[in-house]
Amino acid sequence: MATTFHAALENLRTTRVWKSIFRRGPAITNRTRSVAVFGNLFLHWLPVKVREKSLRARAAYYLGSLSFLLFLLLVITGVLLMFYYHPAAPDAYRDMKDLRFVISNGVFLRNMHRIAAHLMVLLVFCHMFHVFYRGGYKPPHEFNWVIGVVLLLLTLFLSYTGYLLPWDQLAFWAVTVGTNIVSAMPVIGSKVRFVALGGNIVGENALLRFYVLHVVILPLLAFLFIGVHFWRVQKDGGLTVRSKDDDGKN
Amino acid sequence: MMEKTKIESGFSSDAKKEPRRIVFITRNTSAKVKDDRGPELMTYPHLLVREAIVFEVLIIAMVVLALFWDAPLEQLANPLLTPNPAKAPWYFLGLQELLHFFPPFVAGILIPTLVLIALIVIPYFHVNVEGKPLWGEKASKRFAIAVGVTLALLLLLAIFDAWTIIVPTVLVAALLVASYYSKASSGWMGSLRLKPLSWWVMTWFIAAALCLTVVGTFFRGPGWSWVWPWGTYAG
Repeated sequence: MATTFHAALENLRTTRVWKSIFRRGPAITNRTRSVAVFGNLFLHWLPVKVREKSLRARAAYYLGSLSFLLFLLLVITGVLLMFYYHPAAPDAYRDMKDLRFVISNGVFLRNMHRIAAHLMVLLVFCHMFHVFYRGGYKPPHEFNWVIGVVLLLLTLFLSYTGYLLPWDQLAFWAVTVGTNIVSAMPVIGSKVRFVALGGNIVGENALLRFYVLHVVILPLLAFLFIGVHFWRVQKDGGLTVRSKDDDGKN
Repeated sequence: MMEKTKIESGFSSDAKKEPRRIVFITRNTSAKVKDDRGPELMTYPHLLVREAIVFEVLIIAMVVLALFWDAPLEQLANPLLTPNPAKAPWYFLGLQELLHFFPPFVAGILIPTLVLIALIVIPYFHVNVEGKPLWGEKASKRFAIAVGVTLALLLLLAIFDAWTIIVPTVLVAALLVASYYSKASSGWMGSLRLKPLSWWVMTWFIAAALCLTVVGTFFRGPGWSWVWPWGTYAG
């Protein structure tokens, strides 16, 4: 059975339709395998070859990859949640109740979004500390580290703007506490807070602003910076491998 | 044909140039000898298969988690009913814990800004590219400076009564002192002796941030007083 399936798949890869979609035949030689990476829009920022050392699970931990996967999951579940959500008070809260009691799998959908969000913040922090301890910020990777710091900030802002959207007590007071800190900024503090909230208190304007930031502006910026981040990894010569790894001790 | 070539060579075009020597191959050494990248594998399939497996494991774990854990939903937002304590999301609770000790400007603006600037300048400020150990050359002088800076920091924190930073600071400082006096050449203490200054600063930062966040998340109750996570309080 397995061999039949395998043979069928092999045959499929030699068909004209397959070739027209993937711009290549079966990836069986090193040349066609290279084409499979650099000839594919979604993979072309990856290097064609990777060092054996950076492939070891212990060396990579896949923290960066998993952060990216969580971002994709958040986009998918987030778009689905948008079908059921009105960024207005108190409609937003009623939508949460609908998700829980009316909509099929609404609870599951919201749970996935929530878990992925918390996990992404956690993994982005872990990724940053891991890169630091491996010396991944050293030349020629300096600027990619800075892009990483921008991505950390974007992740925190994405999570924080999303925190308000359920419009329950938890959301309202968490954002009230957070934005009160902003007004401690000298001279411009209260003005910045007014712009962020669209008023002097967390109200409907704040909900709309956080919503637009959460579903449009911040995800677009995150996509942009993630693209640059990946691209720079390859352009700067691949992932860092410590000299310690070379003698197989660490 | 000859004519055309002459005309073209009249312009300083990049299209055709005399081949330049870009590498000298001396005696029996090929240019590739200096390449220390180690053995390489094709991205397709070796990296992509591993990524796919890791992705699938995470998604399965998340689905299982999402089936058994429900996202919280409290009462409708009410500006007139302040919960006690009102807490920010967990990743900002370290900052909220700082607010308990320091004035709002210091805890909410100054410290986060300094941390952010420090993170950005790490690769540019870092001069110790080879990661030379802190206890290398001039070890005794460096030790004196390290102890002085740590004591000054602890004094400053003691003035503000910020014991949730004092505890992790003392722990990291104890390791620092132990690594200076240790004679170990292997094991975890042996590797600790080889750590550069940047490692110690980052480890201290992570220890302090972790302690602040955990205390802020699990051990703070009404009026930001100390509570035990297993106890119940009337919120």
